[in-house]
Amino acid sequence: MSRKRVLPEYWFIMGGIILFVLLFFLSQVLNRYLLHIFILMGISSIATVSLNLTNGYTGLFSLGHAAFMAIGAYTSTLLAFPLTLRQSYELPLLPSFLGGAEAAWPFLPALIAGGVMAALAAFIIGAPVLRLRGHYLSVASLGFMVIVATFAKTWRGLTRGSMGINAIPSYTNVYWVYLWLLITIYVVWRIVNSRFGRAMMAIRDDETAAQVLGIYPMKYKLLSFVLGAFFAGVAGGLYAHFTKAIRPLEFSFFLTFQVVVMLIVGGMGTMSGPVVGACFLITLRYALKPLEEHLKLYGFIELVYAVLLIVIMLWKPEGIMGQRQLRR
Amino acid sequence: MFSLGYFLQQVMNGVILGCIYALLALGMTVVYGILRLINFAHGALITLGAFFIYFVSFRWGLPLVGSVFLVLGFGALMGLVLDIVAYRKLRGGPEVALLITSLGFYTFIENFLKMLISPQPYAFKTPAYLNTMFRTRFLTFRTIDIFIIAISITLMLLFHLFVKKSKMGIAMRATSENLEIARIMGIEINRVILVAFAIGSALAALTGFMWGAKYGQISYDMGFLTGVKAFVAVVVGGVGSIPGAMLGGFILGLAEILAVAFLPTTFAEYRDGIVFAILILVLLIKPSGLMGVKEEVRV
Repeated sequence: MSRKRVLPEYWFIMGGIILFVLLFFLSQVLNRYLLHIFILMGISSIATVSLNLTNGYTGLFSLGHAAFMAIGAYTSTLLAFPLTLRQSYELPLLPSFLGGAEAAWPFLPALIAGGVMAALAAFIIGAPVLRLRGHYLSVASLGFMVIVATFAKTWRGLTRGSMGINAIPSYTNVYWVYLWLLITIYVVWRIVNSRFGRAMMAIRDDETAAQVLGIYPMKYKLLSFVLGAFFAGVAGGLYAHFTKAIRPLEFSFFLTFQVVVMLIVGGMGTMSGPVVGACFLITLRYALKPLEEHLKLYGFIELVYAVLLIVIMLWKPEGIMGQRQLRR
Repeated sequence: MFSLGYFLQQVMNGVILGCIYALLALGMTVVYGILRLINFAHGALITLGAFFIYFVSFRWGLPLVGSVFLVLGFGALMGLVLDIVAYRKLRGGPEVALLITSLGFYTFIENFLKMLISPQPYAFKTPAYLNTMFRTRFLTFRTIDIFIIAISITLMLLFHLFVKKSKMGIAMRATSENLEIARIMGIEINRVILVAFAIGSALAALTGFMWGAKYGQISYDMGFLTGVKAFVAVVVGGVGSIPGAMLGGFILGLAEILAVAFLPTTFAEYRDGIVFAILILVLLIKPSGLMGVKEEVRV
């Protein structure tokens, strides 16, 4: 009477089915405003879960998430932008190796291409910077964010400068978002519970000791950074096709900060933390929004985020979902 | 366009911006040397200093010279508060906690100012005696330019003397070399860190005034990029090296201004990008910075 071992994937598929049934009901029941918030929760969760891989599990404190989201957003927008509107928006037609002037990509390949471009950027920036110890990555990735924002503002032929791109087809719906969230969580979960994940956590806890055990840190750091960037790019693409308009201004430091706060509040290095943090902070944002607009206290939400971050860091640094771990 | 006068003029602008970066980098490198903290809140102190002068001197009519001294005290006080309220509690924990908290404090201060004052930029109108124009054959400058350069160089020399000669300065260097050993040798670490924060923050608040006086405009978010660029200066010059921080500041200031002045105008928009391109270049070629020593890894 040996019990058959149930594959963990089984639970994922079951959970996914239940989730999608739930989503179907929610999309029938909720009004458009609440559904909007719900989709935003999903997109933020994708961004936060992917940041968790870099910042939480590998201990690389990247501040460039907004840059990768921007790359994903612009890439997928440019690929999927409808042909008929390209002329009037002065956007370039696709070159021949991307399908020629007659083509506009479908949503899914465009999203993946956005993720791949973000991952490529992460590889280029990560290869030199990740060799260094300390917090160089924080500053370098922040710098990378400024560079990307500068390009988004100045490369007018491609991005229309600070005007941004409007009338992006609204492909994103609740199913796409939560499908991608499921994929992201699954990939991160599989990595974390594998040899790769254990190596990453070993590097986080003590890089020298990990090296002594035969782990080559560069490989794992780069892997986690690139993979994190890929899903950030996908999140960016989903976001672009959800809000239907993107401007360089949106992918600024505050977007990075928001994702970081979601991660810290939820709990770095936990599976459920990022999702909890993202949902909590999006809820908080929309709960405070009427207050901010009514009292004309612009910056109030950001202020609350900052206070929350400080309070969590000082009194519960492991976050809502985290457990206090013994440290050296 | 490429006359000698134009070149000298731009060099002077670069030196002034370099002075500002160098003063900021001094405070950052000392704190980073001891705590391994990239103090993002340092940037917020620039903004706070600028608005402090704006309100104390321009709105409430205190004489400017007095307010400049006051802003030094105000900056130092804010540095002490930050250290005592936040950073002290996190010492001994993971280093990244300090970084995240400083990020939180930066955003807190920025949005506090945005909420309290205004999201619009403010005109920073200095008294006429700071704006008197001097015209020579090659250079045109205002009193404020001379003031910034003179004050900065004086402060840098004083700081250098302080670090080299005074007891506290020696303790500071010892602490940044090895915190544990310094503690064993009877150095009061907490006092050293407090002094480092106080001095660094006072200098940052003062640069806020300089920035406003030179560029004529202050806003709630002026400190962010300036602060980050100051840290870039620290890295370029070499982490932990005080002359390196000053050198890095001047290099960045000159590079930023000269790139805008001498590259075709389309590149002017890439101004902020240039600084970070330099950072990535330095990290690629000489990660320990121009004057830094290679950090040894202790197990």
